[in-house]
Amino acid sequence: MMKLRAILIMTVYAILVAMTSLWMAKQSYSWFPPEAAAEAKLLDDLFSLFTGLGTFIYLGVIGPFLYSLVFHRASKYDMSDGPPIEGNTWLEIVWTAVPLVLVLTLSFVSYRTYEKMAVRGPMELVHLHMPQIIQPAYAEPFDSKPQQEIQNAVETAPIEQIDVTAKQWAWIFHYPKQDITSTELHLPVDRRVRFTLRSQDVLHGFYIPAFRLKQDVVPNHEIDFELTPVKTGTYRLRDSMFSGTYFAANQADVVVQPFNEYQQWLADAAAGSPTPAFNRAAFEYSQANDRSGTTKDKVAVRGWDTIPPAPPPVVNYAPKREQES
Amino acid sequence: MTNISLEAPEAVRGQPYPGAPDNWKRFFTFSTDHKVIGIQYIVTSFFFFLIGGTLSMIMRGELITPDADLVDRTVYNALFTMHGSIMLFMWTFPVLVGLGNYLVPLMIGARDMAFPRLNAVSFWMVPVVGILMLASFLVPGGPSQSGWWAYPPVSLQNPTGNLLNGQVLWILAVAISGVSSIMGGVNFVTTIFKMRAPGMTWFRTPAFVWSVLGAQLIQLYGLPALTGGAVMLLLDITIGTSFFAPERGGNPILYQHFFWFYSHPAVYVMVLPAFGIFSEVLPVHARKPLFGYRVIAASSILITVVSGAVWVHHMFASATPGWMRILFMVTSMLVAIPSGIKVFGWVATIWGGKIRFTTPMLFALGGISNWLFAGITGIFLASVPIDIHVNNTYFVVGHFHYVLYGAIVMGIYAAIYHWFPKMTGRMYYEGLGKLHFALTYLGTALTFLPMHPAGLMGMPRRVASYDLEFAYWNVLASIGGFLLGLSTLPFILNMVSAWIRGEKVGNNPWRAYGLEWLTSSPPTVENFEETPVVVSGPYGYGRNQPLVGNIPNPGLTQFPESLTQQQTS
Ligand code: HEM
Ligand SMILES: [Cu+2]
Ligand SMILES: [Cu+2]
Repeated sequence: MMKLRAILIMTVYAILVAMTSLWMAKQSYSWFPPEAAAEAKLLDDLFSLFTGLGTFIYLGVIGPFLYSLVFHRASKYDMSDGPPIEGNTWLEIVWTAVPLVLVLTLSFVSYRTYEKMAVRGPMELVHLHMPQIIQPAYAEPFDSKPQQEIQNAVETAPIEQIDVTAKQWAWIFHYPKQDITSTELHLPVDRRVRFTLRSQDVLHGFYIPAFRLKQDVVPNHEIDFELTPVKTGTYRLRDSMFSGTYFAANQADVVVQPFNEYQQWLADAAAGSPTPAFNRAAFEYSQANDRSGTTKDKVAVRGWDTIPPAPPPVVNYAPKREQES
Repeated sequence: MTNISLEAPEAVRGQPYPGAPDNWKRFFTFSTDHKVIGIQYIVTSFFFFLIGGTLSMIMRGELITPDADLVDRTVYNALFTMHGSIMLFMWTFPVLVGLGNYLVPLMIGARDMAFPRLNAVSFWMVPVVGILMLASFLVPGGPSQSGWWAYPPVSLQNPTGNLLNGQVLWILAVAISGVSSIMGGVNFVTTIFKMRAPGMTWFRTPAFVWSVLGAQLIQLYGLPALTGGAVMLLLDITIGTSFFAPERGGNPILYQHFFWFYSHPAVYVMVLPAFGIFSEVLPVHARKPLFGYRVIAASSILITVVSGAVWVHHMFASATPGWMRILFMVTSMLVAIPSGIKVFGWVATIWGGKIRFTTPMLFALGGISNWLFAGITGIFLASVPIDIHVNNTYFVVGHFHYVLYGAIVMGIYAAIYHWFPKMTGRMYYEGLGKLHFALTYLGTALTFLPMHPAGLMGMPRRVASYDLEFAYWNVLASIGGFLLGLSTLPFILNMVSAWIRGEKVGNNPWRAYGLEWLTSSPPTVENFEETPVVVSGPYGYGRNQPLVGNIPNPGLTQFPESLTQQQTS
């Protein structure tokens, strides 16, 4: 009788937990910025799976935990001990095997997702000295169903090539074909883009949250990096690897636009004459070091020495938005 | 058979060596008594916990608004560098070494550590490290601003041009702390291997001792790498070698390998003893044997081994090749298994028990629930694609503070409350303890949960300012942070007043098993009047069997009357 009741309770609880986990898995999509790249879709699906399983494990363990806290408390003058159960081989084997299977599955699924993202460009192949291993994944970057169109576009459209330079503290984007320099990153929608990432001084991190992608930029290394934007709009690129004093201000806008608008932008920029762009780090540094005090900003505590920022980059195009701030 | 009385004679109580000052002054001497050294470690590190905590309050003050308007960016960078360094090198490591120092010899029935003088030297290096760390606030140019990772090239840039600068002081401090920890590691490992009481086989050794053994083995294999990396960094800064300096052809990624080869396992140097504490506290306050004791004990060693092969998961976004990313993803996920085994064991331990919500029990339970959460987000981080999005964001900051504050600090509190009557012979005040727990648990959730969504949205860590979209979560985190600051006040009040005039509660107020409860509280100089001869396993709750053959069963001691009332209410 007792046993039946216990089984019943456990079944009901398991169903509730499963439903909650499903709900959380769905919910997890809303925790992210918009899915602006094909890779973002892949990541969000993977994350949702992890969230679902994670919730299931969490509730699966915390339920019995709370249950015993509530129902297995010693009563007031009870000085006796609980039952001296020390272990149960069968149970111990099960709860080693289940997590083992689980993490191996999660590793495998993660690997598949990583393979599909194929974020590393051909440089990776050179480093590895075994192109044939990476090649298949590289040639087939996407899920077949929801992104068939993107895949077609990618296979037919040429890859855009953009050089990215990071320094203390600015992002500079160079379009080699048109020889254009900009402090705003413009990308055509639905095309595979290849970046060559370079750093002039320290480690930086190339990170666009809306794309869910990140790559450290290492001095003395040229790092190829690929992605496919799939949603027009303006997003934020942030430095993700701590790079010194003005690290937090080392950001740039990323504009994803239809191919014709993108080309128009390139044409307009090519016509613009090179001018120094607004640079947050250089601006703050000049304010803090302004002895006359006319432009002093409102910081309560002034600090210690810093590396002076590099002078503002000279570019064909600089975003309006930053000049205003 | 010797009859030990409930109260040790006043003259013997806690006296470190014949002729030593028999009062608080002994804690300021070069004592070689592991118990005095243990308390020296604990009190010193708590002092630094408060300093590190104060720095974090200023950081959260800065981050309550999006702009960098409270402190300058250089100050903010110095703050998180010193906060992280102090919290790890001056608080978590030392306080856990202190607990280990106090407890391990008592738990294994030894008279002291294997090398008492070495032990004292290891301790006295800690204040030296602390002074170096704090001194960096006074040198021109201020403290290091490169984070507790001190990644080159940022850590090689020296804006002051002085040879004596915050970064150099930081490296010296870390190197000395490393030497002190290696000495401690040798001492612990030798003690645990060689000095267990007769009859204490490996599978009669308490889980806490196993966990300390695992942690200290990591110190021995890992620290040389960190110390080596630090020395190379120092050479790069001072005499211009080119190990890591890219402008001279060095490779900054190499440093990351040195650093994380130690610093990932270092997480387990800190969390393993906390696991050990949970494993000791739960059986006592649930009055059941530790479920799956052998597996829990062995899993500590498994963690020690596996965590030596996962360090690259901190470098997934560095220029790490794809095959390495995948390999280290799998090894990292595997660490979840021994950790998971422990959690299941703890849940099974309290299942069907006679649970009492004493303060140490509350902290242990709270710590376990936080660890469960942190462990799951840890699996997220091990997955390469997920890590590519969230690493170096606030998701990671939330995750590791759940480990550090949620599980480890909670475990430390659990230990301090649990063994407080052993260390002082007096009982802490339950009411204050519960208040402390409530504030800590709520504060942890309010501070560190909101960091996860902020990170998923893309807020990078180590930023003095941020975009408006992150403001909501940061305001919550800041309020929580101040709450955590507040939470330490009832703790300090409790410890100080209870030590001076708390109720005297005899040798074994919890009616606990374990050798440490067989001796007087506080224990005498030599710990045991007669070396205990162990005749059974460590968690004999509910089966009325003696733990040792030559000293009366500690389970016979009764609860003091006042406690009986409180604990069951
Ligand atoms: C009141 C409690 C605490 C608060 C409010 C707090 C807050 C913070 C904040 C805001 C950061 C900066 C995160 C970033 O931008 O990377 C940080 C970093 C850090 N904290 Fe805490 N923290 C607290 C307690 C602790 C404790 C107890 C520990 C260790 C036991 C700890 C260890 C660290 C470490 C290692 C870092 C990284 C520093 C770095 O990036 O160099 N914190 N903390
Ligand atoms: Cu790690
Ligand atoms: Cu972690």
